[in-house]
Amino acid sequence: MHEEIIVAGFGGQGVIMAGKLMCIAAMNEGKHVSHIPSYGAEMRGGTANCSVVISDDPIGSPVVPEPTVVIAMNLPSMRKFEPRLKKGGLLLYNSSLIDAKPERDDIEVIAVEATGIAEEVGSTRAANMAAIGRLLAAKPDIASMDSVKEALKIAVSKRNQKFNDINIKVLDKAHSL
Amino acid sequence: MSDRILMKGNEAVGEAAIIAGCRHYFAYPITPQNEIPAYMAKRLPEVGGTFLQAESELAAINMVFGASAAGARVMTSSSSPGISLKQEGISYIAGAELPCVIVDMMRGGPGLGNIAGSQADYFQATRGGGNGDYRIIVLAPASVQELADITIEAFDLADEYRIPVMILGEGYLGQMSEPFSLPEPSGKTFEKPWALTGAKGRKPNIIASMRLTPENLLEEHNLKLKKTYDKITEKEVRYESYLLDDADYIIVAYGTSARISRSAIIELRKEGIKAGLFRPISLWPYPYKELKKAASHAKKVLTVEMSLGQMVEDVRLAVMDDEKVDFYGRTGGMLPESGEIIRRVRHYGS
Repeated sequence: MHEEIIVAGFGGQGVIMAGKLMCIAAMNEGKHVSHIPSYGAEMRGGTANCSVVISDDPIGSPVVPEPTVVIAMNLPSMRKFEPRLKKGGLLLYNSSLIDAKPERDDIEVIAVEATGIAEEVGSTRAANMAAIGRLLAAKPDIASMDSVKEALKIAVSKRNQKFNDINIKVLDKAHSL
Repeated sequence: MSDRILMKGNEAVGEAAIIAGCRHYFAYPITPQNEIPAYMAKRLPEVGGTFLQAESELAAINMVFGASAAGARVMTSSSSPGISLKQEGISYIAGAELPCVIVDMMRGGPGLGNIAGSQADYFQATRGGGNGDYRIIVLAPASVQELADITIEAFDLADEYRIPVMILGEGYLGQMSEPFSLPEPSGKTFEKPWALTGAKGRKPNIIASMRLTPENLLEEHNLKLKKTYDKITEKEVRYESYLLDDADYIIVAYGTSARISRSAIIELRKEGIKAGLFRPISLWPYPYKELKKAASHAKKVLTVEMSLGQMVEDVRLAVMDDEKVDFYGRTGGMLPESGEIIRRVRHYGS
């Protein structure tokens, strides 16, 4: 397997952490992984994104110009990264916050009420977990749900470990949609 | 696999330096290497070390000069424009035969340029950005694991030869997280009878980079440095080869450019095109002899860099056949494209 993933959203939606979580889970399954955040001249309230590569083979460039998967947590991110998707790639978007429809017809599209699911379970801040849960249902090769849940212990900061019950519930709920 | 952890390159440098026994770190912040000072600020006090954010790059490198003269294992880090500011101090440290480790996570230039990764400071690193007849060891890792391992080695090389060692990465390597295993300490120890540790019970040591009289004193000193450089050139060349044995086409690249080239080579091999990678790890001393030998059977040698062509000059010196040497580079913080490498190598055969 070889996936080149961009996770994008507002600063504070946990996109960098979502990328790290997938990396740690896949790493512990013995896969090659890389993670690089965008670190351009970003502004508060602007978009944040990270490039993640997960592969059975050693990774060349950690930067992803043409992703096979885009997770778009808000509209500016979908507008920015939908055009860059590889033909046949997967666009997974947060339909709780994105009213618009994707434009391309040569890609696979999954709408997930990420913020809505997270709010229902207990915290909108776990919207990133809903996106990952849904992605793993569509692309189980990336990492198993068990590996991701285990990886929460490392990827989530100490002071936020107390939210891991919510994180796991959101992961499960989105995964079983 | 459970001992592998995911860490940014910049943080891995910091932890590896602490494992190597570095307890003094002086720097001034600059993107894309800010995680190094951030990490050292957090970790060094925990192990009884000294972290100091200097008021400028000049101050930082001269603090390194002082700590090294006193016998400490000391490191500084910066990125391209910051390293330019440190050149005066690096020249003085080299002249005074002092060990230290300098990390340069290169960014786009010239000038303040941008904050994306770049390899446009190869000349500055390997030819000496400071004045005088001096050399420093320059090591270029291509993964977070190698970055950590080389950091351990850099401190030992610096102490063994009493020379500054530069770890030359780019912003991409510093910013990237990859799985790696924490390196082990090398266990090597170095006596430093020359260090300024207080002259109680012995004659004072003198460390200086100025030698005005007699008139031949500086030449004598520089010839002594040259002996050290010759020894390093003989013993410390490092490179990696990948699928070179039967290669018709050799790609020469270091750091992130080498990773991208490797991906291209895997694709080319699938097409039956015999391509291989020569990856210099020590940029000074450069693996001239080894590259010359590898290139002797090749039809074409393509140098790939994130610059407009700097290492390619060393490749030409090694290969000694301008017809054979080609170059592909991106500049201003852009990455070479695997597809373009593949197109070029395909074209050589047609």
